[in-house]
Amino acid sequence: MQRYVVIGNGVAAVGCIEGLRSVDGATPITVVSAEKHPVYCRPLISYYLEGKTDRDKMQYRPGDFYQKMGCEVLYGVSAVRIDPLAKTVALNNGDSLSYSALCVATGSSPFLPPIAGLDSVRQKCTFMTLDDALALEKAVNPASQVLIVGAGLIGLKCAEGLLARVGSITVCDLADRVLSSILDNDCAAVVQKHLEDHRIRFMLSDSVERFEGDKAYMKSGATVDFDVLVAAVGVRANAALAKDAGIAVNRGILVNNQMQTSVSDVYAAGDCAEGEDVSCGEKRVLAIMPNAYMQGRCAGINMAGGSEAFNKGMPMNSIGFFGLHVMTAGTYYSPEAGGDVYEETAAGMRKKLFSRGGFLTGFVFVGKTERVGIYTSLIRERIPLNTINYELLKKAVSLAPFSDDYRRERLGGVV
Amino acid sequence: MKRIFVNEKWCLGCRLCEYYCAFANSGEINMVKALKDKPIYPRLRVEDDGGVTYAVSCRHCTDPLCVRSCIAAALSVDAGVVTIDRDRCVSCYTCILVCPYGALAHDDAGVVRKCELCLNNAIGQPACVAGCPNRAIVYEER
Amino acid sequence: MRIEYVYPEFEVVRNEARCIQCRVCERQCANEVHSFDPDTGLMLSDESKCVNCQRCVALCPTRALKIVKSDCALRENANWPQGLIKEIYKQANSGGVLLSSMGNPNPLPVYWDKILINASQVTNPSIDPLREPMETRVFLGKKPAKVERDEGDGLKCTLAPQLTLAMPVMFSAMSYGSISYNAHESLARAADALGIYYNTGEGGLHEDFYRYGQNTIVQVASGRFGVHKDYLAAGAAIEIKMGQGAKPGIGGHLPGAKIVGDISRTRMISEGTDAISPAPHHDIYSIEDLRQLVYSLKEATEYKKPIIVKVAAVHNIAAIAGGIARSGADIIAIDGFRGGTGAAPTRIRDNVGIPIEPALAAVDQRLREEGIRNQTSLVVGGSIRSAADVVKAIALGADACYIATAALLALGCHLCRSCHTGKCNWGIATQRPDLVKRLNPDIGSERLIRLMTAWKHEIMELMGGMGINSIESLRGNRLMLRGVNLNEKELEILGISHAGE
Repeated sequence: MQRYVVIGNGVAAVGCIEGLRSVDGATPITVVSAEKHPVYCRPLISYYLEGKTDRDKMQYRPGDFYQKMGCEVLYGVSAVRIDPLAKTVALNNGDSLSYSALCVATGSSPFLPPIAGLDSVRQKCTFMTLDDALALEKAVNPASQVLIVGAGLIGLKCAEGLLARVGSITVCDLADRVLSSILDNDCAAVVQKHLEDHRIRFMLSDSVERFEGDKAYMKSGATVDFDVLVAAVGVRANAALAKDAGIAVNRGILVNNQMQTSVSDVYAAGDCAEGEDVSCGEKRVLAIMPNAYMQGRCAGINMAGGSEAFNKGMPMNSIGFFGLHVMTAGTYYSPEAGGDVYEETAAGMRKKLFSRGGFLTGFVFVGKTERVGIYTSLIRERIPLNTINYELLKKAVSLAPFSDDYRRERLGGVV
Repeated sequence: MKRIFVNEKWCLGCRLCEYYCAFANSGEINMVKALKDKPIYPRLRVEDDGGVTYAVSCRHCTDPLCVRSCIAAALSVDAGVVTIDRDRCVSCYTCILVCPYGALAHDDAGVVRKCELCLNNAIGQPACVAGCPNRAIVYEER
Repeated sequence: MRIEYVYPEFEVVRNEARCIQCRVCERQCANEVHSFDPDTGLMLSDESKCVNCQRCVALCPTRALKIVKSDCALRENANWPQGLIKEIYKQANSGGVLLSSMGNPNPLPVYWDKILINASQVTNPSIDPLREPMETRVFLGKKPAKVERDEGDGLKCTLAPQLTLAMPVMFSAMSYGSISYNAHESLARAADALGIYYNTGEGGLHEDFYRYGQNTIVQVASGRFGVHKDYLAAGAAIEIKMGQGAKPGIGGHLPGAKIVGDISRTRMISEGTDAISPAPHHDIYSIEDLRQLVYSLKEATEYKKPIIVKVAAVHNIAAIAGGIARSGADIIAIDGFRGGTGAAPTRIRDNVGIPIEPALAAVDQRLREEGIRNQTSLVVGGSIRSAADVVKAIALGADACYIATAALLALGCHLCRSCHTGKCNWGIATQRPDLVKRLNPDIGSERLIRLMTAWKHEIMELMGGMGINSIESLRGNRLMLRGVNLNEKELEILGISHAGE
């Protein structure tokens, strides 16, 4: 029987479903959803806590989405095994689904650090899903003292979301700076200062050695009393299911630009997949929502017999904390690695453009982020810098530094 | 669908389009009342490199990166027109991060605003086109 | 500081309650009248630079601006009008010849306004042009004196070359240089669409416009700028410019500063050199000399194109026209003294030449009397302002009219009469690229087409009213005209009766 199966019900799954339906309107689609919710905007959970959105507005697609797309959704069900030879997926409810094409969109899971005494912590959670957010909402009160382990994107967005609801927030991280995966010390300091101005306390270059109930003993010797613990150390691709089925897996499920895995008729997309990063030409897990959708869509189109390639993914983040915005993208090559860096610094503002081999490969903007997408397009489209007036573009963002032909074609044609 | 096209050959850099845009989206029926002594937030901008000028607004891309990237599903395509549900926007600015034209921006409240071809305001057709004295911006089927 | 004596002619009146400080006025004024003062947040104006071209007024989105004539006035003096006094001051400041642009603004007689058109009542029915066919097409060129038959008794149909006009109006000569590339393109495209002609003027023909050649009249003037074989071959007719209504008796001068790029190439002179058109053609001192040039040009174009000789309306114009007709010219163009110019010495423009109406009547009358009216067509220009002027000119004896000022008005000209400054805010009489682009030929040509279409409708209405269904039947039909407020001599020259007669 012809049937598309999508394991997972996140944004990549929606991309896949919409990709499938853009080619094939008839073949049934079955979605295996471990979460009991229809697809929602996962990154909005911090905004939910902050009160900037509500559960209704968090819906990623209208209520009749699955019905209109001709999808059967199995809520609260997980896939336990893929048999690529029989082309079946075994489910944890004992059922088995046969597929003609399969998309693994299992996402990623928060990584829980093995810290002594973690079991003794009374209220602890991760910050990844709507259920996490709902649990956290219940757990906190205006007097809560929250300890967040991890000063990465998730930890800091969680801090922002919780701040108005709690008494105090302390964020600790082994790294010597906040957002260490995307910012250098200089930029991180700007963000840290801004967050500290908003009553968030940091303990950097420090980590929890052990918990004793609601008390954390730090490596530095300090102690932190808390009543709610949020573990935001990092996430890992949910690739075990694929790995067990003999599908090639590195940090994530390896996919080519058609989102095909090493096994025929099995595709992967989203946080669980490891596809090409255009900014460096290597494969990377790109656990961000835009890539999830676009990879999913690409997978769907190809699963249904269409032809689509997605080779323009790259790490990128647009993230704001209390009005301070940070945008980053791509790969930062240091001068030692043959990179060239252009920097601008002003109060509360940073700008760093990284180029190598005649191409822009990455950037960091802190504070001033208007029209940054123009720089992103240079990385995504691999526009040779010698075809534009890069000296001009470095200093001020506009389309003027682009070639006249490029500009006329883009602004005066259908794109 | 009909789209806005810009021909920089005829752009005078007068910036009237910006003002007509801001007026069209102000909800006011009088331009003076709408714009006098206020900062304006047009949904297109005129770029000027000292010689060449041209208006930049949403291209309503056939494969819009902003829509694909929006983390709040606030951006969507409605009959080819990329529209924004400002109630859903959480000001994450991922759209600003991905738009190759820098066509999206936010207003003073931080909410993203963008060209919707004036289809969702009282004017009903692009005010920038109607207000351009030299047909540097046209709205047509191609 | 030297006292200038010449005070601002206009006042910029800004309604602060309406101004939204969008600064469009500032960006659009090449004369730099408007500026924004960041300290007060207000727009400022320097009236002394204002030429009242109304560009700012037209573009102001809130109608916050108006330009008014300053009421700061000198003491009244009927013998010394204010304009004259200011000219004295200007010359005392500059020591130079006063320059002016466009047509004569002085209240000189406009005979068109003293001539009225007939309409049919009762005995000869008027014609409704919406119901009946109406012919506005005219052919310009030599017509045979009599019907001739060949041996087989068939008609001899070989005609001299003719221009075919869908309506009796053409765009008269304005050179590339005096007006912009986009103005030329607008005129060329409109002429093409309308089935009429435009005229290159003495600046040559830009290579881009050769494709409009069949609707182009190429001009050969005293400077011979841009004249070569391909140029002559490109046009539908060739016009020898002997004179211009706005400045009879003098030549032209396009300053070297304007001879750049395309203009230098088109004129075939080096960049930066002044383009001086001599007052006379140095090879023409007699009708015989003119005949040589006429036939040289015919020879060069294999007798396939009609030759036009254009002269300014001056004293003895009838005798001059008779000579031109005998020189072999196919068409005579006469330019009246109210005609426009890109630049002319004020004294010449305002004092030399005669109005087109008596000139036309005298020429038509003389050519008829001499029995040579059929040998040339007559085209008149020099302030044809409306369809009514066209109809009156045809009835006075013209075959067609030349218009230029009206065409420029259609393109956006506001008759500020500052062409000679080269800073035309409407993109017409300028070569500054940022100003030239203000005239989009898509818009310009459409506006010209609409204007001419409107005139054509009006011409048909006026003809229909007279019971005339073909422009040929109107030509020289002076019975259709009556004069008002004209003395007997004027009526005699115009060859029309007074109203009531």
